[in-house]
Amino acid sequence: MHGTLGNLPAVTAALAPQRARRAVPWATLRMLALGLASIALFLLAWHLLTTHRVVAHVRFTNVPTPQAVLARAALAFRDPQFQMNLLISCRRIGSGFLLATALGVPLGMLMGRWRLVREAVLPALELLRPIPAIAWVPISIMLWPTNEESIVFITFLGSFFPILLNTLLGMQGVDPILVRAARCLGAREAALFREIYLPAVLPQVFTGLAVGMGVAWVSLIAAEMIAGQYGIGYFTWEAYSLVSYADIVLGMACIGALGLLSSALVRLAARLAMPWNRAA
Amino acid sequence: MNGAAHVAVRDFALDYGTGSQRMAAVQDLSLEVKPGEFVSLIGPSGCGKSTVLNALAGFMQPTRGLVQVDGAEIRGPSPDRGMVFQQYSLFPWMTVRQNVEFGLKMKGIGATERQRTARTLLSLAGVLAFENRYPDALSGGMKQRVGIVRALATGPRVLLMDEPFGALDSQTRAIMQSILLELWEASRISVLFVTHDIDEAIFLSDRIYVMTARPGRIKAELAVPLERPRTPDLAGSAGFLQLRSQLRELIREESLKAMGHEVGAVPADQRFGQDLAAVAPP
Repeated sequence: MHGTLGNLPAVTAALAPQRARRAVPWATLRMLALGLASIALFLLAWHLLTTHRVVAHVRFTNVPTPQAVLARAALAFRDPQFQMNLLISCRRIGSGFLLATALGVPLGMLMGRWRLVREAVLPALELLRPIPAIAWVPISIMLWPTNEESIVFITFLGSFFPILLNTLLGMQGVDPILVRAARCLGAREAALFREIYLPAVLPQVFTGLAVGMGVAWVSLIAAEMIAGQYGIGYFTWEAYSLVSYADIVLGMACIGALGLLSSALVRLAARLAMPWNRAA
Repeated sequence: MNGAAHVAVRDFALDYGTGSQRMAAVQDLSLEVKPGEFVSLIGPSGCGKSTVLNALAGFMQPTRGLVQVDGAEIRGPSPDRGMVFQQYSLFPWMTVRQNVEFGLKMKGIGATERQRTARTLLSLAGVLAFENRYPDALSGGMKQRVGIVRALATGPRVLLMDEPFGALDSQTRAIMQSILLELWEASRISVLFVTHDIDEAIFLSDRIYVMTARPGRIKAELAVPLERPRTPDLAGSAGFLQLRSQLRELIREESLKAMGHEVGAVPADQRFGQDLAAVAPP
């Protein structure tokens, strides 16, 4: 959170010299000014509400001040235990998300290509899909021999469905003329998948990955809070139990920052994977 | 290039749909393209021109009759039969050159040779400067030039063209016709060209087949005795004008028939808008 704020003035400074010589980009300036004002206002409100311990039905009595959280953060980022919590959460997201991608994209493509596969697989998946990943926590703990595996499984489940369904949707939107053109040029089934269906479906795949990444974080944090040892979700919940209130907000801020970072990584991957796509 | 093929379609019929919805798109149609010949297939919209082409490409099986290339039955698509579509069909994720190289890559030809072939053809079509651009950056005419070049790159023995210039404005269309003829003169493969534009058919072809309204049959076959190479000023010559009025009359008859048939037999809500638009100008 703090890092993002700190970068904003740097961004403005970098943009300024190029833009100043052309017509003044009022819209851009206004957007930046309002953006900074909005964030400043939020911090100010937080500061005032907590230092004055406002109680108006909602109670700010125990909510830590921004300064208290900042002070905790300075300590925590040097603490190996805290670093490990962050690292472990990232590792869980990484494994669950990559697993979901590795299974969801090929399965979605096969289901999109062959009706028979779709008709055989989709009903069972539709039955499981409405169950939120969090509801899987108890069963997951029973299913998997280690706690670690069960948490990765929950994260996997959260991102698997959006990835699979978006891939399937993308397959149905592949322009049949492109497939015909490729077949006329001698492409057989394997080449069609590699050269036509895969690139054609990529924009939808990345939509699925972006949604899946969001759900993966939701599922991970819930799983860590309920079943975790270590992890940033576990850290946040434990802070509540241990009455270290500043740590609660620090945990929340870290979760937000990591979520933002992972979304940015997905967008970056999309841009690298689809150089022809101007929208990406 | 490994020579030109002989294309033969005999007593061809193709039905769409099943049961009571079954409808004959094409019936008892026979035509041929001799090796190295440029033949056009012209007729009112919805007469089944594209159906014939799709069967030759290998996308559809005839209900009855024979569809052959050099005496062999067509079983599916093959790079031996290049196809150019009406819709833009370049792969958006490949650069212009990668598009042209695609067929050669499928044949397992090495990168150096692929590149050489692609660049030669692209320069013949005047689009070499765009070899590293994505199709998105190209105009409609350029896209279609690349589409033709891509179909020619594998060295097909027949080129099947489905109203390839249908989406272009008339200026671009005229330029494209000249470019197509230049490319064709260089390879002299057999071409079957589907169009509903009379001038285009005359300008390009050695021979023209006129189709009837649905179900499509061959109504007439006309030779085009105009000498090559052909230039745009050909359009004013007596031979051209005479062929044009002859073809107009033939197609007008069929368009009216198609319209009358539709108005009489099909409920208003099931009529195809495109068929009404096909009525030939006076």
